[in-house]
Amino acid sequence: MERYPSPDNPDIPRRRRAVPWCRLTSGRDPAMSRPGRARFSLALVVLAGTALLIHAGLQGTLSYYRTPTELAADPDDRTTRARLGGAVVPGSVRQDGDQIVFRLAADGHEITVRQTGVPPDTFRAGQDAVVEGVLGSDGVFYADQVLVKHGNDYRPPPPPPAKSGTAR
Amino acid sequence: MTSQFGTWALGTGLAASVAATLLWLRLALNPDAPLRPARAASGVGLLAAAVACGALEWALLRPDFSVRFVADNGGRQVPLYYSVTSLWSALDGSLLLWLLILAGYAGLLARTVPAGDRRLHHWAMAVVSLVAVFFFALSYFAANPFHPVEPVPADGPGPNPLLRAHPAMGLHPPLLYAGYVGLVVPFGYGLAGLLVGDAGRHWISAARRWALAAWALLTAGIALGAWWSYAVLGWGGYWAWDPVENASLLPWLTATAFLHTVFTRRGASRAGWSVALACASFLLVLVGTFLTRSGVVASVHAFTESPLGPLLLGFLLLVSIGTVVLVGWRGGPGGDAGSQVASPASPPLSRATALVGNRILLTTVAAVVLVGTVLPAVAEAVSGTALAVGPVYYHRTAVPLAIGVLVLMGLAALLPSSGTSPGETARRAIGPVAVGLATIAVTGLSSRPGPMALAAFGCAGFSLAATVAGLCRRSPDNGRRSIPWVRLGGTTAHLGVALVAVGVAASSTYTVAAQRQLAVGEALRVPGATVRLTAVERARTTAGMAVRARLTLGAADRPDGTLVPELTYHPHHDTTVSLPAIRSGPLQDTYTTLLAVSADGRSATVRLAVNPMVALIWAGGSLCVLGGLLALARPLGRRRSVSGSRARSDRSGPPAAVSRSGATVPDGPGNAL
Repeated sequence: MERYPSPDNPDIPRRRRAVPWCRLTSGRDPAMSRPGRARFSLALVVLAGTALLIHAGLQGTLSYYRTPTELAADPDDRTTRARLGGAVVPGSVRQDGDQIVFRLAADGHEITVRQTGVPPDTFRAGQDAVVEGVLGSDGVFYADQVLVKHGNDYRPPPPPPAKSGTAR
Repeated sequence: MTSQFGTWALGTGLAASVAATLLWLRLALNPDAPLRPARAASGVGLLAAAVACGALEWALLRPDFSVRFVADNGGRQVPLYYSVTSLWSALDGSLLLWLLILAGYAGLLARTVPAGDRRLHHWAMAVVSLVAVFFFALSYFAANPFHPVEPVPADGPGPNPLLRAHPAMGLHPPLLYAGYVGLVVPFGYGLAGLLVGDAGRHWISAARRWALAAWALLTAGIALGAWWSYAVLGWGGYWAWDPVENASLLPWLTATAFLHTVFTRRGASRAGWSVALACASFLLVLVGTFLTRSGVVASVHAFTESPLGPLLLGFLLLVSIGTVVLVGWRGGPGGDAGSQVASPASPPLSRATALVGNRILLTTVAAVVLVGTVLPAVAEAVSGTALAVGPVYYHRTAVPLAIGVLVLMGLAALLPSSGTSPGETARRAIGPVAVGLATIAVTGLSSRPGPMALAAFGCAGFSLAATVAGLCRRSPDNGRRSIPWVRLGGTTAHLGVALVAVGVAASSTYTVAAQRQLAVGEALRVPGATVRLTAVERARTTAGMAVRARLTLGAADRPDGTLVPELTYHPHHDTTVSLPAIRSGPLQDTYTTLLAVSADGRSATVRLAVNPMVALIWAGGSLCVLGGLLALARPLGRRRSVSGSRARSDRSGPPAAVSRSGATVPDGPGNAL
């Protein structure tokens, strides 16, 4: 049945066109009635708020993986937290007060790491390791966490016991 | 021999699941078709999964090293209990456990006599069987543990040493999987409700008990996992916002939101939200499975790619797209209009509004945690940068939202389901708010925690007080003839959540730890505990070589007990595992870990920590599980009502009396309820 008047059907009274959904002022369109409009706005607000929250949360909390070559080459990286991966050079592990000092090697480049606190038990010279911390201006990487690559199963790696305590 | 048998069992399971899907589909489209072949096919699937698990266990126990899984994960020196649990200590075997539980749910659901529209049940069975087809195919084609190994090795390395340190290994993965997999049933019912159309509004009453059971099991699994990582694995913490842990938390959040959507008093539950949450829960289960089994975000460097990753991702995308299409097509205004028109606009200050807030907040927490968990994978896939999201992100985003959920939980206990005036609400809230403020004052004055911790303490106190007040307000002589199980279960679970919040806030804020190298006879002191190293012992165990530090608690003149933390070196895996020694008390835990021992055995590096109120966390977790189980209970001898709303039938007296006094109800010993 035709809904709009046309030269063939002059008897159909002129009617308002169906209101498009984006016309928020219309109360007749069931897709945008008042409760629907309120819900839509609420959803938008919640979505925007969540996006803001996530964005704020991600500022400064991400740490990027770097190789020793990249760290040495890019001086800007010195201020951001980074995760550094490589193999522990055998014979380079020694204790210096309450810090452990060792060298990490990757792609032929070596970098000295000073780690405060005792690394987890699985840490051993010759193994792959990943440390997290900040590169100092003297070219030494100051790490406060040592993570160790573990075997190929789906258990998470143990966080280092240097972290004091629990969830927060 | 065992290899062929096991592979044959997997193949049979695959064929049976395919047959079951087709048969249940036929039933859904033509309700007059016979029921027994479909049920039989589901039963055969269950039998096949059980036989496959049994075959692998048999191979592990003998041990039969011609089977690849046993060659990689079995060992002659492994004790019997850990040989049994090594079935789920690695990827392929755990997939078999998953299959067994999935087939078990399918078999159980097949035998359930559906109340209401039978087509719902048939569609749900078809969906569950389809999921089973995928996982059987995954196991058979991509991760078959039964592949034969040539030449047969003489011995195997045994399971990962971290996974055979404590008997909890036998409980945690099965519980967790039972919770995970159980969420497939509400998902199936949700899709069934969409497919059946307007007459399928009753899918909620059919699905919600399954969702409740799965939720209770998942809560138990998560709580046990947190306890295990704290007390056994020596990581010192119970939650590290690790991707694997987040993978178990995400479906829990949406399942909790789902439960709050479907157990409302008025029957007019929000169909749109219910479908979305039921589907989201299972999709998050698939996301979690993908994340943990493909090695995409599990560790610092990418693992060697396993073929499971792309397959799981493909299935996840397929199911997501299918769900979204179905929701868009069938869940539009046509399906929703019925429930929306039926429910009157809820007054602003009523429980319904609080429930809306609860849904929104819980979904937001899930979204935030999901972003943090998958961001490394997405960033790597899109731009190649390798990054990691630290726990600080979660502290900034998820924790404030969780505190909001806590406040809303307390507030909802104060609001009745019909609307109320602000004055009445304020009058009811005075007590709990006073408790919350007092908590803040006490903690703020006695120590100086940060604002987040103060807020957490205050809100937890408010929530506890409000929940207890809500419990007391329902006086026993209300004219009610039976115990409102769902209500009781909900209140218990809320109490549990508030206790967990207090425990988490206290242990995160007030933990003190120190570590030092001690010579024998030296003491290490932190506020709240002192330990003295009395001896360093070495021993050879079945697993490897162990070194123990004997520590005496308390002052030198008043010894209070002994703690013996241990380090075990496993030569087969070339790893060292530390077992902490904990003295647990109601108010604090004294936590000792042995970090290193000097070569001459005369000194040891020991870490001592005092974690306050950790026992509250386990108590709260147990209460949550208990609450879920209570809500599942029903008085013996009552038949399930078709319309389903238990809370509604509990509230009104006469229908309950009619159903109980009816002569058709058999008299049982528990009928006095």
